[in-house]
Amino acid sequence: MSYPAARPVTFSVNGVSHTLSLAPWVTLLDALRERLRLTGTKKGCDHGQCGACTVLCNDQRILSCMTLAVMKQGAAITTIEGIATGDTLHPLQQAFIDHDAFQCGYCTPGQICSAIGMLREGKARTRTEVKELMSGNLCRCGANKTIIDAIMEVKESYE
Amino acid sequence: MNNFDYLQPQSVSEAVDQAGTNDSNRFIAGGTNLLDLWKYDLLHPAALIDINQLPALNSITETAEGGLRLGALCTNAATAYHPLVEERYPLLSKAILAGASAQIRNMATNGGNLLQRTRCYYFYDPAVPCNKRNPGSGCPAIGGYNRMHAILGASDQCIAVFPSDMCVALAALNAVVLVTGQQGDRSIPFADFHRLPGDQPALDNTLLPGELITAIDLPPNRFATNYSYLKLRDRHSYAFALVSVATALDLDGDTIREARIALGGVAHKPWRNELAEQFLQGKAAIEANFAAAADILLQGAQGYQHNGFKIPLAKKAIIRNSLMALDPASQLPGAQPSA
Amino acid sequence: MQSTPTVGKPISRLEGILKVTGAARYAAEYEVPDLLHGYVVNSTITKGSITRIDTTQAMAVEGVVHIFTHENRPRLAWFDLQYADMDAPPGTVFKPLHDATIHYNGQPIALVIAQDVETARYAASLLTIEYEETSFDTCLNDNLHKARKPKKGLASVMKSPPPKPTGDVKKAFQQSAAQVAAEFRHSTEHHNPMELFATTTVYEGDGQLTIYDKTQSTINNQLYVANVFGLKYKYVRVLAPFVGGGFGSGLRPQYQLFLCVMAALQLKRSVRLVLDRKQMFSFGHRPQNVQRLHFSADDKGQLTGLSHTAFSATSQFEDYAETVSEWSHKLYPAPHTSFDYQLVSLDLHTPVDMRAPGGNSALHAIECTMDELAYKLGIDPLEFRLRNYADEDPSTGKPFTSKALRACYQLAAEQFGWHQRNPQPASMKRGNKLVGYGMATGIWDAFQFPARVEAMIDQEGKLVISNATTDIGTGTLTIMTQIAADEFGLPIEQVNVHYGDSKKPFSMFQGGSATTASTGSAIVIAAQALKKKLWKIAKGMDGSPLAKAGEADVAFDSGQIYLRHDPSVAISLAAIVAANKGRPIKTTNMGKPHLLKLRKYAKATHSAAFVEVEVDAELKTITVTRAVTAVAAGKIINPKTARSQIEGSMVWGISKALHEATILDEKLGKFMNPNLAEYHIPVHADIHELDVIFADEPDEIINELGVKGVGEIGLVAMPAAIANAVYHATGKRFYNLPIHFNELL
Ligand SMILES: Cc1cc2nc3c(=O)[nH]c(=O)nc-3n(C[C@H](O)[C@H](O)[C@H](O)COP(=O)(O)OP(=O)(O)OC[C@H]3O[C@@H](n4cnc5c(N)ncnc54)[C@H](O)[C@@H]3O)c2cc1C
Ligand code: FES
Ligand code: FES
Repeated sequence: MSYPAARPVTFSVNGVSHTLSLAPWVTLLDALRERLRLTGTKKGCDHGQCGACTVLCNDQRILSCMTLAVMKQGAAITTIEGIATGDTLHPLQQAFIDHDAFQCGYCTPGQICSAIGMLREGKARTRTEVKELMSGNLCRCGANKTIIDAIMEVKESYE
Repeated sequence: MNNFDYLQPQSVSEAVDQAGTNDSNRFIAGGTNLLDLWKYDLLHPAALIDINQLPALNSITETAEGGLRLGALCTNAATAYHPLVEERYPLLSKAILAGASAQIRNMATNGGNLLQRTRCYYFYDPAVPCNKRNPGSGCPAIGGYNRMHAILGASDQCIAVFPSDMCVALAALNAVVLVTGQQGDRSIPFADFHRLPGDQPALDNTLLPGELITAIDLPPNRFATNYSYLKLRDRHSYAFALVSVATALDLDGDTIREARIALGGVAHKPWRNELAEQFLQGKAAIEANFAAAADILLQGAQGYQHNGFKIPLAKKAIIRNSLMALDPASQLPGAQPSA
Repeated sequence: MQSTPTVGKPISRLEGILKVTGAARYAAEYEVPDLLHGYVVNSTITKGSITRIDTTQAMAVEGVVHIFTHENRPRLAWFDLQYADMDAPPGTVFKPLHDATIHYNGQPIALVIAQDVETARYAASLLTIEYEETSFDTCLNDNLHKARKPKKGLASVMKSPPPKPTGDVKKAFQQSAAQVAAEFRHSTEHHNPMELFATTTVYEGDGQLTIYDKTQSTINNQLYVANVFGLKYKYVRVLAPFVGGGFGSGLRPQYQLFLCVMAALQLKRSVRLVLDRKQMFSFGHRPQNVQRLHFSADDKGQLTGLSHTAFSATSQFEDYAETVSEWSHKLYPAPHTSFDYQLVSLDLHTPVDMRAPGGNSALHAIECTMDELAYKLGIDPLEFRLRNYADEDPSTGKPFTSKALRACYQLAAEQFGWHQRNPQPASMKRGNKLVGYGMATGIWDAFQFPARVEAMIDQEGKLVISNATTDIGTGTLTIMTQIAADEFGLPIEQVNVHYGDSKKPFSMFQGGSATTASTGSAIVIAAQALKKKLWKIAKGMDGSPLAKAGEADVAFDSGQIYLRHDPSVAISLAAIVAANKGRPIKTTNMGKPHLLKLRKYAKATHSAAFVEVEVDAELKTITVTRAVTAVAAGKIINPKTARSQIEGSMVWGISKALHEATILDEKLGKFMNPNLAEYHIPVHADIHELDVIFADEPDEIINELGVKGVGEIGLVAMPAAIANAVYHATGKRFYNLPIHFNELL
């Protein structure tokens, strides 16, 4: 039985262009974690059920476990490693620290990337709407309240 | 989890050629259902045909009759938030936004949404029998844990439900599915697109192997004022419906000129019954009439060990959602019951 | 020059930056050259044996290196005892790939090793396995007639069997003014930490292993690996600096550790093995249970009888037990009592402690029964608790080391607005919603385990603290740093804490809300010993200004030792180290519970939870709109991280009451919703106002720090408070959890 033929695929991650030789069955999540060693993007279920693997793809939040890396030819991916500017944290990152919006920290990269995507979408006005549009990111530690507090603080300062 | 070929057709006709009539060649759009099934070892595609490079499928345009044509590749999010959809088919927006999560809606496409498969526990476990997965092997859901299962239109072979929210609205809106294949183009009225399990539960719909959905047509309507989507589930978001209702009303003062009611989470396809809608025609938009229509819509409903509650729940949901349709502003994020 | 203390301050987590930037590395994330990847194959039958296992097709896949099954696994430790970890219940530990026998559905039966994870996963799907199935039992309810007393063993030390009956509880029940008999049922639950269980075993070449593992005890897993594989302890190092949640699931070594190490040793290669979410349902869970309660009270609202019998499921091979039945008597006095706890062996995996094991299920039953009894008596539920308030432990008559439960009731009731409650069920409305208020009491143990801590002043005069404990999201790193910093009056930047490493001094496991008391107390003891050592060296330094200073004459602050009566006379810690020929000055000390002293006392944390629910009047959907929890847990080292612990466990309470359950198909003998789409935990849209109050509870007796732990106390009262609020909203009582809204229809 032959090993799947790898094919070249080029996309940028956090502004850096990468050309990888990948078999089609490699998900974007595994390409990031196992090939590019960008382990900030987490695997919580590998089935689209938890949001831990959320990254921004061409500025839109998507689940990296539910797409193949070969399908991302030419895309611009942003992961949690690319959110801060040098040593300056993104306001959401700082707000997460200030509000203690995490415990184990495993859902955190996905929550932050998702919140950035959500703010950019601009569809949530109220706290209730923020909760609804952030519901694709589970947190088993139950940091839900502080996560939404942190996002609301940043959202309000944006507006 | 098997290996597969990966193809990138440059045109619709190339995609159709690549698919042939071999059921194990699969189009991949958003991937959110296909890859899920593949990773659970439930689907073993020989080739994935990536249709994401086909701009012809990725637009929302107005039709000559004043309706809209939704490209099969438009994402659920792009569709729900499209100004023309929000303006003319707000019911569809609400239904889409009640489904999955924001991330998934950014990936999931309109074509893929129609073809997502049931979330039945037993279908999802390759180690147990399932007539849908392995025809003739049996249906452990019938005597098993069937809280999520069908109360309408089920057969003694399969009681799975179709999990889509978007399709409940599409059913109510009399959408038409446009497909193309090696036999040429077809338009399939929404009511004929999904099917009941009968003695062939393996077939979810009437699409032929290799056929590609190109678009969904929405005919013009007068349902942009009074509409509502209600979804009842075990948590307030990011869960599949136990029961959902799409209601669209065309009112003349307090009188119903035309009504559409479709149910989700109760059958192998979005559930409609024109008799219920006809009953409402010309009647006053009051609770008692909606209750009577609900009874017609739920005629023949049958519960199993754990899902009998869906019958009274669906009735109450139809009534509440009709009242919410009279006051669409009462709709809440996540299609929750009004406050 | 007195520096400000950090204990009691809401300091942000010290590892926060690593967590928000993605730099924190969890067990599956270490970069190792030449790494092989594994994938586990699990049994698809519930009981029986494997008759054939054919790996030919899988082995033919390019990139597959090896496939381990029971037929070809290396020979391993002979004695069952060598597999017993520190948390093993009485019985025979499950040994992966031991033989052809299948004990439960999902049992690991093969391990595929390949060059990448996709190949391993694919090859794993190609194994041909034939079984001989035998009949099985997985239904607790159908097998209650088989219930029996648990076997005793080491674990019984922490989970002692229920006390002997007092008085005549049956008679009390019949003759009292009011009585309630109720039966409660709970589903199986799975911990489902967000991080998947994973092990990266680095094969170091010289026979040594460095293991990055998902665990709540680096030392437990080090001992386990060494014992099972016959390795010297010092050759096995287990690291777990970041753990993506545990909730008890990491208290025991899980099978991926065994399999990963086995493969690394046999293949002499580094190996990574990550379980998938479905496999996260194939080891350990909170057991299903049935509880029968009979409570009675006189017409003044004094409890007369407490009877509580619990039946819980365990596996066929180990007797996992919890403390369930006797909690009511630690809260409320009653002359007549009877408590019993029995196990039923089923063809499932052994349960493992899950957040507030035992107490969580018990308090739901107890506090719902109390609510029902209060209604029978026509007494306000809070007033009923206050009438039965115990200043001393009713079950032993011993005084508590501290108990501020009364303050919890008062503070939380006031903040919540309990007095606005109309006691009549289904009497409060808001638009389409029925509104209900409910309350409940919580109690949890105040455990402390032995722990060793190394305290050291390094060349730069920094304080370095080392202990093997993990930080599973509890804030342990931050708290340890605060405690140590205050001992020396140092800013936290001057303190480094090394943890999550079995090479560091002993720590048992991170569970039972015991870490702060255990490691924290040991830090205080080690810091004091280190100060003594520093004082002695300082005294002996050439021309030391402290030459004549006695130990009581000196104090430490801001990196210096100084004379209490004249702080200008001081020597810097760096200078002392320099005088020590530049060698760091260190000491290692043991902290342990003061058992002798504590024998005279009862110790517990307490809480009071008040909950508002909205129930849709027709559709019956339930929302917990707000909840207030007041907690009495001794000294709070860090109110920020402690608050998060309580809020997190309140979310767990909501989840247990309304959402989570593992669905067991008893005909198939397996769990049917092993995924996060159908195993429902709350999403953001389910969580609304949560308020936490810490009652002031000074405790001079319990340990050096006066701390008790906050990991579990926020959870125990919540499910009952929610169920009681649902009753108040609707007039319907529910005895089984979770409460699915449709049951209200
Ligand atoms: C955790 C989770 C929760 C979810 N919750 C909900 C929910 O609450 N409500 C809801 O409605 N949905 C829900 N979904 C399902 C989601 O909406 C679907 O997975 C999605 O719509 C599928 O679209 P896709 O583009 O990703 O399809 P794909 O996965 O790409 O494809 C699905 C199927 O359609 C075929 N296909 C795709 N496009 C075409 C085409 N143009 N022509 C012919 N065949 C095509 C593919 O070959 C495949 O067989 C959920 C999904 C997940 C993972
Ligand atoms: S890992 Fe992608 S959604 Fe869970
Ligand atoms: S912080 Fe642990 S899962 Fe969210």
